[in-house]
Order: sequence, then C-alpha cells, then structure tokens
Amino acid sequence: MPSSSESCAIRFDGVGKTYRAGRATALGLKHMLLRLPEVAREARREPVVQALRDVSFEIRRGEWTAIIGPNGSGKSTSLALMAGVLSPNSGAVSTYGRISPLLELGAGFHPELTGAENIELNGVLLGLCRHEVRARFGAIVEFSGLEPAMIERPVRTYSSGMVARLGFAVAVNVEPEILLVDEVLAVGDEPFQRRCLERMRSFHASGVTIVVVSHTLGLVEALCDRALLLDQGQLTADGRPAAVVETYRARMAAR
Amino acid sequence: MLVLLAKELRIRYKSTALGYAWSVAYPLALALVFYFVFKVVARIQVENYALFVVMGLFPWQWFQNSIVGASGFLLGNAQLIKKVRFERSLLVLVGVLNDLVHFLASLPVIALFLLASGSPLRAAWLWQVPLLVLLQLGVTFGFALLVATANLFLRDLERLIGIATLLWLYLTPVLYPWDMVPERLRWTLWLNPLNPLIQSWRGALADGHLDPALVAGAAAWAVAALLAGRLLYTRLERRFAELV
Repeated sequence: MPSSSESCAIRFDGVGKTYRAGRATALGLKHMLLRLPEVAREARREPVVQALRDVSFEIRRGEWTAIIGPNGSGKSTSLALMAGVLSPNSGAVSTYGRISPLLELGAGFHPELTGAENIELNGVLLGLCRHEVRARFGAIVEFSGLEPAMIERPVRTYSSGMVARLGFAVAVNVEPEILLVDEVLAVGDEPFQRRCLERMRSFHASGVTIVVVSHTLGLVEALCDRALLLDQGQLTADGRPAAVVETYRARMAAR
Repeated sequence: MLVLLAKELRIRYKSTALGYAWSVAYPLALALVFYFVFKVVARIQVENYALFVVMGLFPWQWFQNSIVGASGFLLGNAQLIKKVRFERSLLVLVGVLNDLVHFLASLPVIALFLLASGSPLRAAWLWQVPLLVLLQLGVTFGFALLVATANLFLRDLERLIGIATLLWLYLTPVLYPWDMVPERLRWTLWLNPLNPLIQSWRGALADGHLDPALVAGAAAWAVAALLAGRLLYTRLERRFAELV
C-alpha cells in the first residue's frame, strides 16, 4: 500500500484527531488555582470530541479529490491537517509539495491593511519571496476582478464577496502543487465562480493536486476524480464521485 | 518577516494623525508624572532627576509594552495561525521588534535630555547601544514568548500581566537609584531580570561606561528567558491553531 513519494501527494496514516471540549481553558486562573486537584482530575476525564478516528488514505499527485459528508464529520479538520495547521493526536499526515490552503475565505487578511498590502503579506506567508509576489501582483489583481482603486483601500471596506475573490486570487497565483479549498464556491458571483472553476480545471490539467471540501454534490460529480465520504470522523466510502455521492445521499435520506 | 513587521508598524500608525509623536509622548508623559511624584513631592535625593528617570523609563517602556502586548501577538493574528503553517514565534518576535522600533525612535529624546544637562554624546554608544539593545531584545523576546504562549491556555494571564508589570516597575531601580535599596535587600536585585539592563542603560547613556558584571547578568537573564520561552513554545506550538 505505501507507494513512493513521487506519486503520492498526501498520505493519512491511521489519523486520529480529538479536540478538548474546551472547558479547562475557559475556566480561568482563579478557578484553577483555587481548586487545582479537582481541575486536574476533570481535565483528565474532560469530554473530548473525536473529530477523526483512524482515517487512512492516500491522494496521488494530480488527483482532484472531494471530501464530502454531513456537518461536523471532520472535513475541515482533514483539510487543516493537510495544511499542517493542526497536528494529529495519533497516526501521521505526510504531504509532498507546496501547499496553498484556502481554509476559510479571506482568512489571513488584515482588515486595516489595503488589498495590495494583504496580497503581499499573504503571498509571503504562503512561501513566496517579495519579488515573486510583486511579479504576480498584476495577475492576482486581474484574477480577483477588483477595481484598481479598490486594491488601495483597506480590506474592511470590502464586501464579503470581494474578500473571497481576493483570497482565492492569491491562493491560485502562488503556483501551488497542492491546492486545498474549503467550500469556496459558495461565495462570489456567477462569473467569478466560473473563473474559479476554470482555473481549477487548468490546474488539474497541469497536474496540480486539488482537494476540495464541498456540499455542492453536483459539482463534485462533474469535476472530481475521486470522492471521500466522511461520517462521524470515519472514512466510510472512497471511490468514483458518482458512487460515493450516491452512498452519501442514500445514507442521509435514511436519517 | 520584514513584511510582517512593516504590516504591524503600518497598522499601529494607520489611523493616527500624529504617528511618531505618540511613541515618544506616552513615555514622556509618564516621566513627567514620576518627576512630579518623586522629585517635587517626595524630594528624592537624585541630581537631575528628570534625566535619571528618562534613561531608565524609556528602556523599561519597551520591555513593558512587549510583555503586556504579548498576549495579543498570537491572539491578534488568529486568522493567520488558523490558515497558514509558518513559524508562529515570528509573530511574537515581530511584536517585540515593533516595540523596539518605538524605543529607538525615543532615543533622540534621551539625547536631548543629555545635551540639555551638559552631558556629551559619546562615540562609545556606537557599540554600547547595539549591545544593550541586543541583550534587552533577548530578555524581552524570551518573556514575551512565555506570556504569548501561556496566554493561549490561560486567558486571564493577560490581566495578571498588567498588575505584574506594575509591581515589577516599582521593584526595579527605574525610578530610584539601586543604592537607595536597603543593604539587606540588595541581593534581590540580582533576581530581577531587568535590573542589570536598566543599570547598564543608565551607565552607558550618562557616562559611556558599562559594568561587565551587569552586562554578564543581563546576558545570563537573556539566555535564561530565551530558553524558557523557547521550551514552552515548542512544547505547546502544535496546539496553537485549536486555541486561538
């Protein structure tokens, strides 16, 4: 089953991820100091949320994969693990290649900075150097479809659609080898959505690995090579999109 | 990192009309208050007390700003931490450097105070000031990393730090000379990471003189703070994205 790193882009190996329900951190210092033993005992049997349990799969280079599943099934957690923002509690996540994550739209933008400044900041954080960002600046602005005057205004004055467009424009212009997209197509107007899809298609054609989280099942069926179905943190189906979507629909209808 | 720093600076100055003036006005106003309390009212026996206070208070302000701000260095960038994987301690370093820039901006004011009291500008500063900046950067970054990390897990640390730095200021010979501390308590000064720094700043600025023992003390504290900060940070960094 383990293949060489040349053909593999992302590998999940028995990945488990739990979140603490978050009580201990919310308690505050006073409570912690006053009842230290009690708090320590509670922390150990604190309710945990099992976001993912023992998930294994391998995404090959150039594959366009969709992760589908009901809310809270661990889709976004999976993407965050791929992006390296979270780390698993058990198992291992390996990725090969430059990743461009779009975990939340327009996240990573600072509202007080202008669009142009945010492009630079984000480009650098995604691993480009400053002159590389400058070289791509025009392309990013063009792709976002924002007016040149708008680019010089603070991002807080943008509409949410504009933020989304700029975010997507940066993410697809850093020449990623792996593109992670979390439900992006839900925002943005029709022409922009079309442009996003086109760009993702051309990425796909040039061999970029794409992983999307989506509830737009029609698009998943039409575009992706493969779909993974997550349900309550477990991988319950994996294969051709049409078949997996079918399984998903049937299961949801039964609930 | 330069981009991050430029970003922080731009944000700090963005919607303020006076910009640079603010980084000087605040410590200067504080100095005025202390001058009134200690010199005019309490009649402290220090010559040229205004100069004395400014030489200690400005470096202290840098430290305090960074430590108090540290809680926000990570929390304030939650969006970045949740989205992109990068070396997160850079955010803390940038915050500290940002405060350093403001401190450097206030150095000319100290020079003015020195000139006004007939003290010369010294060539030795060319190496003394960078050395002290470096040592204080070490101490400040170390503590800021500790605070920033710990604050993610215990949110009310933020408030505690406000009180702690207030006490800390009065326990450090910033507003009074160290030799006014009663002899039987003087050993406690060595337990104070800021004491050797503040005394060194004053020695260098007023007399162009650095006491090797104090510099060694400051260096030891810088190393200790950096190690402690680094240790806590590397142990907890994996969980940052879940907590911010």
